[in-house]
Amino acid sequence: MTSRAALANPACPAPDGAADGAALPVVRERGQNEVFCGLTGIIWLHRKIQDAFFLIVGSRTCAHLMQSAAGVMIFAEPRFATAILEERDLAGLADANDELDREVARLLERRPDIKLLFLVGSCPSEVIKLDLSRAAVRLSQAYAGRTRVLSYSGSGLDTTFTEGEDAALAALVPEMPAAGDAAAPELLVLGTLADVVEDQMARLFAAFGLERVRFVPPRHAGDLPAVGPNTRLLLAQPFLAETARLLERRGATRLAAPFPLGEEGTTLWLKAAADAFGVPAERFEQVTAAARARARAALEPQRAALAGKRIFFFPDSQLEPPLARFLARELGMVPVEVATPYLHRGLMAPELALLPPDTRLVEGQHLDNQLDRCRDARPDLTVCGLGLANPLEAEGLTTKWAIELVFTPIQGYEQAGDLADLFARPLRRAGLLRV
Amino acid sequence: MRLTVWTYEGPPHVGAMRVATAMEGVHYVLHAPQGDTYADLLFTMIERRPARPAVSYTTFQARDLGRDTAALFKDAVHDAYDRFRPDALMVGASCTAELIQDDPGGLAETLGLPVPVVPLELPSYQRKESWGAAETFYRIARALAGPHAPPPGTARPPRAAGAAPTCNILGPTALGFRHRDDVQEVTRLLADLGVTVTVTAPLGATPADLARLGEADFNVVLYPEFAETTARWLEKTFGQPATKTVPIGVGATRDFVTEVAGLAGVDPAPVLTRLAPRLPWYSRSVDSTYLTGKRVFIFGDATHALAAARVAAEEMGFEVVGLGTYAREFARDVRAAAKHYGVEPLITDDYLEVEATIAALHPDLVLGTQMERHIAKRLGVPCAVISAPVHVQDFPARYAPQMGVEGANVLFDTWVHPLMMGLEEHLLGMFREDFEFHAEAGPSHLASASSGRPAAAAVPPSDPSPAQRAGAEVAAGAAPAGDPAVPASSSSPSPSASAGPVWTAEAERELHKIPFFVRGKARRNTERFAAERGVSTITIETLYDAKTYYSR
Repeated sequence: MTSRAALANPACPAPDGAADGAALPVVRERGQNEVFCGLTGIIWLHRKIQDAFFLIVGSRTCAHLMQSAAGVMIFAEPRFATAILEERDLAGLADANDELDREVARLLERRPDIKLLFLVGSCPSEVIKLDLSRAAVRLSQAYAGRTRVLSYSGSGLDTTFTEGEDAALAALVPEMPAAGDAAAPELLVLGTLADVVEDQMARLFAAFGLERVRFVPPRHAGDLPAVGPNTRLLLAQPFLAETARLLERRGATRLAAPFPLGEEGTTLWLKAAADAFGVPAERFEQVTAAARARARAALEPQRAALAGKRIFFFPDSQLEPPLARFLARELGMVPVEVATPYLHRGLMAPELALLPPDTRLVEGQHLDNQLDRCRDARPDLTVCGLGLANPLEAEGLTTKWAIELVFTPIQGYEQAGDLADLFARPLRRAGLLRV
Repeated sequence: MRLTVWTYEGPPHVGAMRVATAMEGVHYVLHAPQGDTYADLLFTMIERRPARPAVSYTTFQARDLGRDTAALFKDAVHDAYDRFRPDALMVGASCTAELIQDDPGGLAETLGLPVPVVPLELPSYQRKESWGAAETFYRIARALAGPHAPPPGTARPPRAAGAAPTCNILGPTALGFRHRDDVQEVTRLLADLGVTVTVTAPLGATPADLARLGEADFNVVLYPEFAETTARWLEKTFGQPATKTVPIGVGATRDFVTEVAGLAGVDPAPVLTRLAPRLPWYSRSVDSTYLTGKRVFIFGDATHALAAARVAAEEMGFEVVGLGTYAREFARDVRAAAKHYGVEPLITDDYLEVEATIAALHPDLVLGTQMERHIAKRLGVPCAVISAPVHVQDFPARYAPQMGVEGANVLFDTWVHPLMMGLEEHLLGMFREDFEFHAEAGPSHLASASSGRPAAAAVPPSDPSPAQRAGAEVAAGAAPAGDPAVPASSSSPSPSASAGPVWTAEAERELHKIPFFVRGKARRNTERFAAERGVSTITIETLYDAKTYYSR
């Protein structure tokens, strides 16, 4: 039983930057990247923080990207929009700030329910050096007591896909109240989870007897937890390096754990919190036993479909290493290449320790070279973006499009079977079709 | 700055991608930051292309800005040439690269590549997708066909005796709404006329094809927004006249045949006699009588909006109550047409303005883009899609042109379908409150299953779905015809609950004789009517006064 083995020998917490003895070598690549920029994070973040609005300051390209990425969601009065820079905005910077103030005023007049406004920087706004952080301070003063205005960059120059969430949450850190030395220990779970997953986790923590558990981002902008030396930080998502760093600087202690994907990942993740708060082992067993059994039962039929299948990951979200770990250890898949847009050795150490030792780990991308490697390897399943999926299918490779893994609830015990099925379905389909 | 959620058009470099991807043997190197590759999925997902678009990106990041982005660009051009070996390269900048001013054209020239390199200047902060496509097509056509131009002022040599007349088909691109099937339909029409197609471009054309553009006798401009600039240049350079009619609809197809026959010097009569679209008969069949005077709002790109207006008015017997476009480049044509139909033209790329106009006009049918489809859904109005931007379902597997004979048939089916659905819904709703079919009555053949109602009947009668409110022919006669565009407020509490005019018992009973799906509207209208006139008690007279007032 893989999970028991892993539990008996828990992944050792590696401090940032420290080389793990068992660490895999990492190939670093540069070249064309086929990835989303950080603006796309808005699509799930705005669903999570129900009274926040995300105002992108960018070009028509940014608006078009959001429209293409958000699909039909764009038609549901979303709480995001783009202030499109026009030629006259490029002429002089003072003018651009006035324009921004005017658009924000109009927006807040129309949406009085907005309590938190994010000004989101884009490539164009970065290149013309429009200082959105100063604009945020200015606007925060102007709307004091009504709407808090923050800023971060979601530009492709600075962020890749899920790093947009990291940048947004990092902007929230200074807003969190300070918890003093005397504050009761509190668990802070960091990273957007689907509400259903968050609720499941909250129930498990409560059953352990952990009373003080808070999730970031919160569902309402006003619900930011305090942070201080007695805060224990547990990352639910792997792409939050900067936010974690800022929280650690404010005194929080990060709990090293793999990410809560699959039965094993979820157990180790929960275990890290349980151990930090002194939850007795029997209690942990008692609370998790039923859900673990359910997860294993749900994975069993998927294992039959996936075991021995070779899988290739193109870089997308930084979820690739934990996904590869889950697929390899709990479903018997063989990761050929696991590419990630950015690899934070410290945060990822517990995952890397569990990856099969012959996995090729790649950070960054040179698209055409990677496509060559993928074609040579002829994996059974290729995880990639929507720009590559159909072209690869047309070449006879079975693919799983990666973005779904960010929008679907996949964490936790109850989702383990669904997560496996996301990978099994394309293979099942390929087997079914006779045309 | 302008606040936007929906955009009808992408940035101009997406237009350039549409030309590059449409062609064979062309590669486009785009100086762009990481993330701009999102546009690839428009082609691979919406159009379901089985290959990556012929575009490479430099994908520079913040760390590159301090260094030499120009070198990065040169490397990308080199790599793209070595890997893809195109017959021609296009180079350009996206919105961000435009700001860092690396001059893609100049940089690419220094590489001395053995193929034509076409630099594209696409001002991202002024122009949009269609303009980008038109400009790109013009630039590459000019670069490749230009060298074959005769000296200025040379008269076009007459066609050799006995040679078939020839033409180019200009304008179809990747990601074009029904471009694939329109080309097939028009090619067939031209073949019927004995006209040979020299080059179809950009869709499917190679650089060598573009070099031959000057050989044809004339040009067929399928989509003016993408082809007009090129057609004008070809006319000036090679003396090729171009068609002005876009063959969407029966009348326009006949005009197109006549126009082409004129340019080709052939007799259109035999082809005109053979044209046999089903639309005219379907439209005359008595089943279509109920279409008469249906009020239709039309919005889209200029080509499709103008064509749809003519079909609506002349071939379907609708009343055009609104006409507009998001394409400012063609505002003049749309204004002229709007004048012809006696309606206010709507030239805007702000969907909120479109939504407000539709709400104010309360049409029976909306013909528009994907955006209008959603607006109409929200307002509970039937809708059909006639123009880009469109979603994946409007790149269908089946043959579905808009142009020519089969195009006319497709238009009839596509536009009538949502209205038929509306009528069907309406009839279902009508009978739902009948004593036999009311919501609480169980299926008559299952005496025991009184609660097992079909899902359609389980909707509370006080909350009519938008679809049930739609297409309500009978409603117009039976109830105060009011403003169907108020459903935005239909979820808010009925005004009758708040302070306002009081209903007499008879008036209340009379109100309940009105079909439930227009009852709420009748109530609101009557109350508004009474409030505006300071009437405090609503009687049967007030009810019918209000009906008369609001009915058109």
